[in-house]
Amino acid sequence: MRSLFISIQSEFYKSRNTLAFWSSILLPVIICGAIALGFIFKYDNLLKHPPQVLWFYFLSPIVGIMGSLLLPVLVIYNTYAVTNMENKGDTWKSLFSLPLPKLSIYSSKFLYVIFLTFLTMLLFSVLIFGFGHAIELVRPQLKFGAFNPSEVIFKSFTKMFLSSIGIISLQFLMNLMWNDFLKPFGLGFLLTIVGSICANVGWKYAVYLPHAFPSLTVMNIMSTKKGIEFGIFDQAIANSLICGVAVFILGYFILLKRNIK
Amino acid sequence: MSRFAIETVELNHHFGSQAVIKNLSLQVPKRSIYGFLGPNGAGKTTTIKMLLNLLQPPADTVFIFGKELTNNRIACLAQMGSLVEQPAIYAHLTGKENLINRCILLGINKNKATEMLALVGLIEAGDKKAGKYSLGMKQRLGIALALIGDPELLLLDEPTNGLDPNGIIEIRNLMLELTSKHGKTILISSHLLAEIERTATHVGIINKGELLFQGTINELQDLSKPAIKIEVDDHGAAANILSSNGAAIISENEGSIHINYTGKADMGNYNSLLVKNGVTVYSIGTEKKDLEHLFLDITSRN
Repeated sequence: MRSLFISIQSEFYKSRNTLAFWSSILLPVIICGAIALGFIFKYDNLLKHPPQVLWFYFLSPIVGIMGSLLLPVLVIYNTYAVTNMENKGDTWKSLFSLPLPKLSIYSSKFLYVIFLTFLTMLLFSVLIFGFGHAIELVRPQLKFGAFNPSEVIFKSFTKMFLSSIGIISLQFLMNLMWNDFLKPFGLGFLLTIVGSICANVGWKYAVYLPHAFPSLTVMNIMSTKKGIEFGIFDQAIANSLICGVAVFILGYFILLKRNIK
Repeated sequence: MSRFAIETVELNHHFGSQAVIKNLSLQVPKRSIYGFLGPNGAGKTTTIKMLLNLLQPPADTVFIFGKELTNNRIACLAQMGSLVEQPAIYAHLTGKENLINRCILLGINKNKATEMLALVGLIEAGDKKAGKYSLGMKQRLGIALALIGDPELLLLDEPTNGLDPNGIIEIRNLMLELTSKHGKTILISSHLLAEIERTATHVGIINKGELLFQGTINELQDLSKPAIKIEVDDHGAAANILSSNGAAIISENEGSIHINYTGKADMGNYNSLLVKNGVTVYSIGTEKKDLEHLFLDITSRN
């Protein structure tokens, strides 16, 4: 455990000034800020809507775009950035010649990507809630405070986060195997589009495609506008977690067999 | 307790169907500076990578301070510091941050970073991004990273690459101090044969994956048969006189002649013989091959 902790500490230290880390923070700030400004400047058109609908109008564009495109692309980029740091400096050999278990080094990178994704989702949740209430301070006519969206926000972003675990593990393995930008990124992007299409046309086997999990999750969340309650765990989330664990284990055995050049 | 810091027992390695290391039995004594020499592609870096478990060696073939590597990986690596091929540094971090990161991974005090910067002469460049360093500065940082954990065994793959003569002398003095005062063991692979000759206590010569020679630097020198070099005014006449009196001529050049050394007495006799027969002898003395010629001789046989 100590080895894992210091490996994660090192990952944080190495990437604290990189785009991967700061984009995880700035992306939610920019998107939520932009939507909030839209509410503030176009509030006239929104006065007739009840508070639940206002929150839905704030949440749904973010969730929609996250599921179909933003979350998979964010994961693809983060896994590339975290592994490419070692490829660029040819530092894999120095990492694996340290007195640290290979599992700690491997796990720390994987967990760090998960942390970056979790951080983004957490910030989205907090900032949607915060900006929503801040809008009411600027435009008191928009009664955001009359409805408590915390449960919906919490569930939505928890589901989004869990739906990304499957993609994280696959992209992480691809980046470990290919010291390349185009192959993992290109393949990941292609799979994201295929997954999104399969999810949206309702293909019955889309629930087994890891890159379709975020789109399926979004569809599940959006079904609340029909008054249907949604739980955190569904088939797509379960498959995402199973995929995450299975590919993580597979990736470790591939790493053990590999020679570090 | 083993007296060797590194011992390999008939180590083999293949890349596909090609054998790149063949029955390699290294024995690096403790507190030595072991010069690991070989032409390009001989297997030096491959061997170093196997000692670091970056390439998987077979079980019971690699021993570090008496411990078998594959079953005691962490314990063995805890005693080793290394610089393999080009220095492994994060270009987006400063020199100091690279060292601090290493301190985090080794669980040691971060103040060691400043100490190491001073040791390798990078204090003033410590806050500059490592990506902006010159080749020599990167090499120094790589050496600092290898030393920061205070390892008992250092594996250095061409550590003086890119260093100017002053830098090479500094690294040489540092290595001598580490072994003599601090009891470290250093395995250094290098192409700078003159530098190895000055620094190493032991030498191993590898070519095409096979160890062709292993021993002390004196044992290597003893392999070279000495010759007598005689500078004369008439090398043709000198060659005739000497060969008719039983001397084995090695080579003949304008103004000088080389014959096999057979003892001091014979050397004196040859001198007298030449002078009596009217040949002017300008100088006479023994010559031994330097490390470069020995290396070329040994590797050309394989």
